[in-house]
Amino acid sequence: MNRLTRAKATELAAAIKGGEVSAVEVAQAHLDRIAEVDGTAEAGVHAFLHVDTDGALAAAAAVDRRRADGEELGPLAGVPLALKDVITTSDMPTTAGSKILEGWRPPYDATITQRMREAGIVILGKTNLDEFAMGSSTENSAFGVTRNPWDLTRIPGGSGGGSAAALAAFEAPLAIGTDTGGSIRQPAAVTGTVGVKPTYGGVSRYGLIACASSLDQAGPCARTVLDAALLHTVIAGHDPLDSTSIAQQVPDVVAAARRGAEGDLTGLRVGVVKELGGEGYQAGVEARFNDAVALLSKLGAEVVEVSCPHFAYGLAAYYLILPSEVSSNLARFDAMRYGLRVGDDGTRSAEEVMSLTRGQGFGAEAKRRIMLGTYALSSGYYDAYYGQAQKVRTLIARDFEAAFAQVDVLVSPTTPTTAFPIGEKVDDPLAMYMNDLCTIPSNLAGNASASFPAGLADEDGLPVGLHVMAPVMADDRLYLVGAAVEAAYAAQWGGTLLEQAPALEGIAP
Amino acid sequence: MPSISREEVAHLAHLARLDLAPDELDHLAGQLDQILGAVAQVTEVAADDIPPTSHALPLTNVFRADEPRPCLTAEAVLAAAPAAEDGRFRVPQILGEEA
Repeated sequence: MNRLTRAKATELAAAIKGGEVSAVEVAQAHLDRIAEVDGTAEAGVHAFLHVDTDGALAAAAAVDRRRADGEELGPLAGVPLALKDVITTSDMPTTAGSKILEGWRPPYDATITQRMREAGIVILGKTNLDEFAMGSSTENSAFGVTRNPWDLTRIPGGSGGGSAAALAAFEAPLAIGTDTGGSIRQPAAVTGTVGVKPTYGGVSRYGLIACASSLDQAGPCARTVLDAALLHTVIAGHDPLDSTSIAQQVPDVVAAARRGAEGDLTGLRVGVVKELGGEGYQAGVEARFNDAVALLSKLGAEVVEVSCPHFAYGLAAYYLILPSEVSSNLARFDAMRYGLRVGDDGTRSAEEVMSLTRGQGFGAEAKRRIMLGTYALSSGYYDAYYGQAQKVRTLIARDFEAAFAQVDVLVSPTTPTTAFPIGEKVDDPLAMYMNDLCTIPSNLAGNASASFPAGLADEDGLPVGLHVMAPVMADDRLYLVGAAVEAAYAAQWGGTLLEQAPALEGIAP
Repeated sequence: MPSISREEVAHLAHLARLDLAPDELDHLAGQLDQILGAVAQVTEVAADDIPPTSHALPLTNVFRADEPRPCLTAEAVLAAAPAAEDGRFRVPQILGEEA
């Protein structure tokens, strides 16, 4: 395998800056790797829905020119990135994994797309996802499933399975995900990568196609904690185009990652959430989680057990709040202004065309959630369901508040199980929803959370994630803990977890 | 616990402007019932005096200065439309035959 595709983002940026390699060579190495392993919906990893060869090479050439002109390059200039296909790009199609947006070319760039371009990051293409970011396996994509690089018969997590798989298959050193109930963290856990859900409002949502607006948050995905921190810094910060964007200084996540890597967590108070474990959790997941907790103690942290009694109701509240917002947000796909239009033959009314288009354009899970939301918001049920779910949201936020009065961060496994076989839960929505048990509370409360590699489960040899939760606008604590754990494990394993992943050479047809 | 009839599902589909096939209606009726049964536990926990939270951030009324700003051109927007005519979106009939 090419050394350029194995390198960290920080190493690539330094090599480009130092003139050891050009940004074009780096981009080409990744495009070659994509050609080698990504394949199609039928075979290969299939992390990408669209690869922008010309655009990536042009962006890389621009970085090389800026360097030649003596310009000071940013810390990620020339580094390739895989962008989840729910973020708008003016020069590439943006589908949200849905037939209803197939081939759509947005007239504008998302704020984070623009910020990454300004930082000289080279966007390789758009990655696969569950339709409108609804799912935990990427099986709900209208364009075929993404396969987990650790075992191609298994799911890569979701909804951001494409972004996580691209990292784990060494197709890109950086990626962007979006997290509404765990869509950054769960794929990170099951692919052995790093995924951070920043504080809600920490990263602009302008140009992020909405799933559930009060929960959606874009964030960095990477193979190392420091790489994720550098990407976090590029995309985070106030954006006047997003009225829910926080007008405060972004926590210094890069400094926290560097400090964490020194491996001393003395004085840090860590709370193990009592309710996130036990029945329903795979033995290998619990074993790796317990190892990670022991490691935190060894690194100097003071570990205590904390109770968050209402987290048990998080899943139920989430599956009322999310579908309600989805049914409202997805109403914009009306076949009138953009996207698919079906049955406009001169005889049908606008309303009939709208219904036909939505019936054919949305997949099963999107329909399920639109229907569920329509029910929860309908008169007679609103107070009983949506209203009650909003109260549970308050109780969960209070649990976090009480917990963070005692400890600096909370920890749990990221997911109850490792990656499951493709097809296993596709028509069992309740079983699928269980994947997000540990990650959902942070979306409901809006605080920062992340998943870091914690080793492989004994029974199946698949990656397990350590879930770390921090208070609102204390994203830096995630990086402190993540980097400390990463450094200790690297010493123990003799490298990163991903170095143990299959090489995948020549698998694409 | 909730029991949703096929007729109710058909009514919801109409409200949501989703043209669903008969087998989809049958399938969804069972699944919605099952999901609602599972999430109904929210009704047990929250007391009357708990205020609802609609948003993670307590932000209210975020305004910008009322000044004109550049926006997308009609051309750029209509380029993505399913049908356009004379610089506007062309849509199917909205008023029915008698109009």
